[in-house]
Amino acid sequence: MSLRDWPIKRKLTAILVVISGLVLLLTSAAFAGYQYWSLRQTTRDALSVRGRIIAANSTASLAFSNEADARELLSALRADPHIVAAVLYDKVGHVFAAYPADVAGNAVPAAPGPDGYRFERGRLIGFQPVEEAGSQRLGTLYLASDLEAVYDTLRLSVVIGLAVMGVALLAAYLLSMVLQGTISQPILALAETAKAVSTRQDYSVRAPKLGEDELGALTDAFNQMLGRIEDQKDELQRHAADLERRVEERTHELQERNESLRRNAAELLAANTELDAFAYSVSHDLRAPLRSIDGFSQVLLEDYAAQLDEAGRESLHRVRAASQRMGTLIDDLLKLARVTRAEMRTEDVDLSGMARDIASELQRAAPERQVEFAIAAGLKARGDARLLRVALDNLLRNSWKYTAKRPGARVEFASVDANGGQAFAIRDNGAGFDMKYADKLFGVFQRLHSAAEFEGTGVGLATVRRIINRHGGRIWAEGAVDQGATFYFTL
Amino acid sequence: MNPGKILLVEDNPDDVALTLRALKSHNITNDVVVAEDGAQALDYLFGTAGKSPAEKELPAVVLLDLKLPKVNGMEVLQRIRASEGTRLLPVVILTSSDEERDVIEGYSLGANSYVRKPVDFVEFTQAAKQLGLYWLLMNRAPPVPRRP
Repeated sequence: MSLRDWPIKRKLTAILVVISGLVLLLTSAAFAGYQYWSLRQTTRDALSVRGRIIAANSTASLAFSNEADARELLSALRADPHIVAAVLYDKVGHVFAAYPADVAGNAVPAAPGPDGYRFERGRLIGFQPVEEAGSQRLGTLYLASDLEAVYDTLRLSVVIGLAVMGVALLAAYLLSMVLQGTISQPILALAETAKAVSTRQDYSVRAPKLGEDELGALTDAFNQMLGRIEDQKDELQRHAADLERRVEERTHELQERNESLRRNAAELLAANTELDAFAYSVSHDLRAPLRSIDGFSQVLLEDYAAQLDEAGRESLHRVRAASQRMGTLIDDLLKLARVTRAEMRTEDVDLSGMARDIASELQRAAPERQVEFAIAAGLKARGDARLLRVALDNLLRNSWKYTAKRPGARVEFASVDANGGQAFAIRDNGAGFDMKYADKLFGVFQRLHSAAEFEGTGVGLATVRRIINRHGGRIWAEGAVDQGATFYFTL
Repeated sequence: MNPGKILLVEDNPDDVALTLRALKSHNITNDVVVAEDGAQALDYLFGTAGKSPAEKELPAVVLLDLKLPKVNGMEVLQRIRASEGTRLLPVVILTSSDEERDVIEGYSLGANSYVRKPVDFVEFTQAAKQLGLYWLLMNRAPPVPRRP
C-alpha cells in the first residue's frame, strides 16, 4: 500500500511521530555534539592543570638529576586510570623518567614535541615545559590520557537520549492517536456518510458535526448539500409520481375513449345494419300499397267512369298522381340510403367523359330543348365511379331542370381554383336561388321551388352532398334569383 | 299438358288482382295458377302428400315475387333450379324492389328475367302485357324433361 493510500488516521499518526522523532533526533544530536566538545575542553583543561602541578613539583628532581624522585612523582599518576603514559625529559630532551615504569620505548615520543596540549590518534597528549620559577627551562613533561572518560560520558548521554527519545516518541504516538481523532473523526464521519449515501441511495442520513472548525463547516456544507439533494430527490419523486399518475389517468381516459369508440362503432354497425334492413323493407313493402292505391284508382277510372262525375274522376287522378309522386319519393330516398351504404371503390374517374355522357342522355330524353353544354376537357378525379356518376347526374340534371324556362340555356362544367385547391364547378344560367337559403339547399326534402314551378323531391342535392362527403370533399353553392346557380365541389 | 299456364307466386291479394287484371286486359287468357307463398309454389311444382306432382303440366313461366311468407322467392328459385325436372323452367322475378343485391342474387340463382313492378298501374299493365306476350307467345319453351 503506497503512502497515498494510507488511511488518514495512520497518515496523521505517522506525520506526528516522524516530526517529533526528527525534532528529538536533531535536538539530541546537537546536545551530544555540544557535550562532546565541552567534555574534551574540560578534559584538556584538567590535564593541563595536572601537568602544570607535576611540572612544578618535578623542578627539584630535574635540577638535581634525582631520577628516583622523578619516578616517584610520576608514579603518583596511578591514581588516574586514564593517564596512559607520562615522560619527563631533561634539558636536552632525553628521557629522564617515564610512567609507567615498564612503558615501551616506542609507546612514548623519543624526544619532546612542541609545547601545548592536543588530541592525537584518539588520545589527548600534552608537552608541558618544566621551569625554575621565572628563570631557565629544566626539561619537558609529556602526558598522554585516553578519552575513555569522554566516551563513557558520551555513551551514557546517548543511552539516556535514546531512552528519552523512545519515551517521547511513544508519548507522541499515543498523543497523536488521541489528538488526530479531532481531525480524522469528522473526516471519517463524512466519509462514512458519503458511503452510506452512495450505497443505500439514502439522502436522509446526516454527517455528525464534531466541532466548529473548518471540518465543522465542511460537515455543515456537506449536510446542506445532502439536504438539497434530498429535497430535489423528493421533488423529482413527486414529479415522477405525478407524471405516472397523469400517464395512468391519460391511459385510463384513452381506454375509456377507446371503449366508447368501440361502442359507437358497434352502435354504428347496428344502426347501419338496421338502416339496411329498413331500406330493404321500404323498398319492398312501402311501394306495394302505393301500387294498390294507384292500381285500384285506375280500375275505378276504367270500370266505373260512367258512374263518376268530372270531380270524382279528377279526385281519382289526384290520388294516382300523389301515389306516383310518393313512389318517386321512396325511390329517391332509397337512392340516398344506397349512396350512404354503398361500398367505396376508389379509382381514376374521367369526370369530363362522365359529364358528356350525362349531357347527351339528357338531350336524348328531351330533344326539344336547346341547352348549350360547355364541358371542360380532361377533368379527372379519384373516387368511386358509380357514386360520382350519381352526383354529377344529379347536379347536371338540376341545371337542366332549372334552365327549362330560360331561352339560350347554358350549362358549364369546369375546374376552378378555390382557396388554393382544385374545385369543380357546375354553372348554369337558370332560375338560381336566393343566397339566404343557400344552407338549406343540401338538406333532405328541402326545396326552394314549388312542385308546380319545378318538380322534384328535395332529395337530389342531399344525395350529392352525401356522396361528396363520403369522398372527403366539400360542396357549396352560389347563386342569385334568376341569375343562375353555381355548384362547387372538391374531392 | 297445357303449355300456356302461368304460375303467379304472389302473397299480396291486391297485387294478384291487379296482375290478373293487367294480363286479362291484354287478352292473355291463359290459366293463371296463384300460389300465395313459397311453400304453395313448391307444392304445386313438386307435389306433396295428397297432391300429384305438377311436373306433367309445368307452367310456361313462373312470375315470382321475392318477399313471401314461409319460403321466400330466392329459395323457391333455388329449389326450381336444383331439381332436374324444373331446372330449365323460365322464371321471371316480378317484385317491388330493385335492390341491387336482389337483382344480383336473382340472376346468380338462374332467374331468366328481373322485372320491377312499377307503382303506376298503367305502366304496370304495360309490363304485364309485355311479359305475357314475350314468355307465352314469343319465347320457345324448353323441352319437357324426360322422367327418369
